[in-house]
Amino acid sequence: MYQFAKWKYWLVILVMLFGIVFALPNVFGEAPALQLSRNDRKPMSEEDSTRLLGVLKTENVTFDTSYLEKDRMVLRFAKNGNDQRTKARAAILKGTGGDYLIALANASRMPDWIRHIGLKPMSLGLDLRGGVHFVYEVDINAAITQSLESLASDARTLLREKRIPYDNVTLENNVLRVTLRSASDLKAANDALRTSDGGYDVKTQNEGAGAYIELRLTPAEIKRRQDLAVQQNITTLRNRIDELGVSEPQVSKQALNRIEVQLPGVDDPNEAIRVLGATATLEFRLVDMNGNAYDAERTKRVPIGSKLYKMREDGTPILLKREIVVSGDQLTDAMPGFTEGLPSVNVKLDARGGARMLKTTRENVGKRMAVVYIEQKRLAEGEVCKGTRSGNDCVEEEVISAPTIQGVFGQSFQITGLMATEASELSLLLRAGSLAAPQAIVEQRSVGPSLGQDNIDRGIRAMLIGLVLTFAFMAVYYRAFGWIANLVLISNLILTVGLLSMLQASLSLPGIAAVVFHMGIAVDANILIYERIREELRMGNSPLSSINIGFEKAFATIADSNVTTLIAGVVLFAFGTGTIRSFAIVMTLGILTSLFTSVIGSRALVHAIWGNRRKLDHLSI
Amino acid sequence: MEFFHKVTTYPFMHTRRAWYGVSIAAVIASIVLLFWHGLNLGIDFTGGVVLEFAYPAPVNIEQTRGALSKAGFEAQVQHFGDDRSIMVRLLPHKGQDVNAVSVAVTDALKKVTPQVELRRAEVVGAQVGDELTNQGGLAVLFTFILIGIYTWFRFQWKMGVSAVVATLHDPLLIFGFFAVTQIPFDLSCLAAILAVIGYSLNDTVVVFDRVRENFHSMRKASPEAVMDASINQTLSRTIITSGATLLTVGVLLVEGGETLRGFSAALTIGILVGTYSSIYVAGALALDLKLNARDLMKIEREKEVDAMP
Repeated sequence: MYQFAKWKYWLVILVMLFGIVFALPNVFGEAPALQLSRNDRKPMSEEDSTRLLGVLKTENVTFDTSYLEKDRMVLRFAKNGNDQRTKARAAILKGTGGDYLIALANASRMPDWIRHIGLKPMSLGLDLRGGVHFVYEVDINAAITQSLESLASDARTLLREKRIPYDNVTLENNVLRVTLRSASDLKAANDALRTSDGGYDVKTQNEGAGAYIELRLTPAEIKRRQDLAVQQNITTLRNRIDELGVSEPQVSKQALNRIEVQLPGVDDPNEAIRVLGATATLEFRLVDMNGNAYDAERTKRVPIGSKLYKMREDGTPILLKREIVVSGDQLTDAMPGFTEGLPSVNVKLDARGGARMLKTTRENVGKRMAVVYIEQKRLAEGEVCKGTRSGNDCVEEEVISAPTIQGVFGQSFQITGLMATEASELSLLLRAGSLAAPQAIVEQRSVGPSLGQDNIDRGIRAMLIGLVLTFAFMAVYYRAFGWIANLVLISNLILTVGLLSMLQASLSLPGIAAVVFHMGIAVDANILIYERIREELRMGNSPLSSINIGFEKAFATIADSNVTTLIAGVVLFAFGTGTIRSFAIVMTLGILTSLFTSVIGSRALVHAIWGNRRKLDHLSI
Repeated sequence: MEFFHKVTTYPFMHTRRAWYGVSIAAVIASIVLLFWHGLNLGIDFTGGVVLEFAYPAPVNIEQTRGALSKAGFEAQVQHFGDDRSIMVRLLPHKGQDVNAVSVAVTDALKKVTPQVELRRAEVVGAQVGDELTNQGGLAVLFTFILIGIYTWFRFQWKMGVSAVVATLHDPLLIFGFFAVTQIPFDLSCLAAILAVIGYSLNDTVVVFDRVRENFHSMRKASPEAVMDASINQTLSRTIITSGATLLTVGVLLVEGGETLRGFSAALTIGILVGTYSSIYVAGALALDLKLNARDLMKIEREKEVDAMP
């Protein structure tokens, strides 16, 4: 009479095992750690590891363990090993110069075998682990105006080159108007301007003496350029953050023109703001083919009219002409692409830069031209400047590449001789180094590490007290069935923690609050079932059929009532950001897990205990 | 143990007119208070600067306020949680670099007590605040629309309307509570309100589910009798669940610390009000919209037709 399919037992066991395995990494706690990565962004190798461990050994630094994770190396210290960590950091800085980026972090103390499977503990939000959160707003309209200004100067140059007389070129309300002397030039001018760039709506007007051409960006082009501006700034910020030495930073686009930056473990927001505010530009210079760069480096005597640089990749010296061919403010776009089947970076310059480039390449085919990446920043305390330093300001100049000029080119050209990944990275760098639209901080939140720990402690205490009270209440009120509800509640918590760890959704204080609040909701499903069972018992049904009917009838109600809470959770997730999103995620996951545990899990348990009794005349409920 | 050994037979619906009065009065009072007192909106919505400092020893608020006004800041200063922590709040001024403000305030306080520790800093631009307010409003609106659609689809329009009205009633009272107490209303309070909307509806749905069932089994009974029976049959569950949830939320209120104070207060009020409204607003209203057995039969018949291959 009371049927319960075997596969459901297996499903429950399987799901619970899965939950336990994923939740497991959370029980070991954390310890202070260092995350090391190579300054040149290549992955860490065993050699790097051996070198660093050697340095630590000579300085007598003690640590718990070290391992390679993704492209980084992690050094984990004892639970109260903050002093050893400080010592290790100083030792590595001293022993290896600026070869490695060092980030302070916390690492889980889980055993190696769990890490090898790739499991991770829940990721904690900034309000729990301490850190800084910024939101930048990018002035995307300035990005549009800037690009139109460069178009205006291009137009002037083009018209002059084609010898088309014009009265003026004006820019008003993002509309570029070219007023010509005579209407007869309209077609020629139109053709000339059309070759310059796509993405414009062109309107020509011929009114007696006043003939003019109006150019405005198409909406799609405006959107593309705005996105590009935001993307450029994101790239710039990412590069800066790498330099800051932060473990697991997050930079993401928020809304149309906002960038969210999360820096866990950073406790001085102002230092971070300073470093992130650094600027970068790009220059093209001819390579000095006569001088010997190695001699110049050794003797410190650089030929007149040249300047000594280092290659970004391997630090080999290179001599470049002092005269700049094109500077970064003349760069309008850089995209990765393919030229004759080879990966390349397609670069676009404005008209002035294009003319300079044309002239230079025409005169220098077969010679080499270098792409120089220049970064200006304010140094953080203890940070090493790899370039020239004045006070706290640091200017770093590196040659990204120095290819041979194969032919004559002007406004748009390709830089080849790169791997595909390098090409896309370089184009990002080029964009990052140039035209970043102005941006301002519109939101900033920082939580000190001590408050973070306080929040964790409070959250866990509230959770434990809530759990104990609920346990006691359910056990007293529903007796044996109450204990089943309690077991179900525990499984529900394990599953929620497992899912959160698997999804790596960050848990904030409101997230913990959602766990606590949810314990009340989670027992609701069981209460609904038990009240139904009691009702059936009161109506004189046998215990077994009461259980059966109770579960059947309660199910529809449980499903209906949970859908409404689920709707609220999903809307919260869609509209919320940051800590609120964490609340929504926990709430939504909690509803899903409690549906599973109370409807299938609880029934499996009840059936396992009472389902096979031949004679059952009393239920402990 | 069992509080409700027999199914109770309280005539809930008999007094519903009086409870309408109570509900309407409470809603009007909340709206009036909302406009008159207003909410003590947190910087999430207004923009501005909030700084939390921890002192090694109990700190005098007046002295701190004095130190700040001497440095040229017009700031709200209050204890936060205990007497060793203070919260400083400044409203944004146009053209002022808000980030510089946090540094300047910290410096001013350090002059008085060098060991003071900045525990938390939040700087929100006025524009971001405006957007959050709009987004929050939109979130509440969307929740209502979706929930309305769901109940309409799952039950019947009279029940859908009653459920949505009951669910509207709850956040209004919570807003009223925040207006009276002037507890700071921040983003997490808004999240709590959305959770309450879900919770309150959850209660209503449990009752309505029973109503639907009872209209089938109690064919001869009057709609009022069916409603009363349904509420009484689910009463034990309603009270036990509310009790269990209040228990855990109460723990949050006591143990969760100052940061979660508003959040847990909103949940507590919401659970109480939500339990009440599912009976005396949703149930009563459905009855007065003349919900009857035929309304629910019709749906069943339509469904059967849909299910035909």
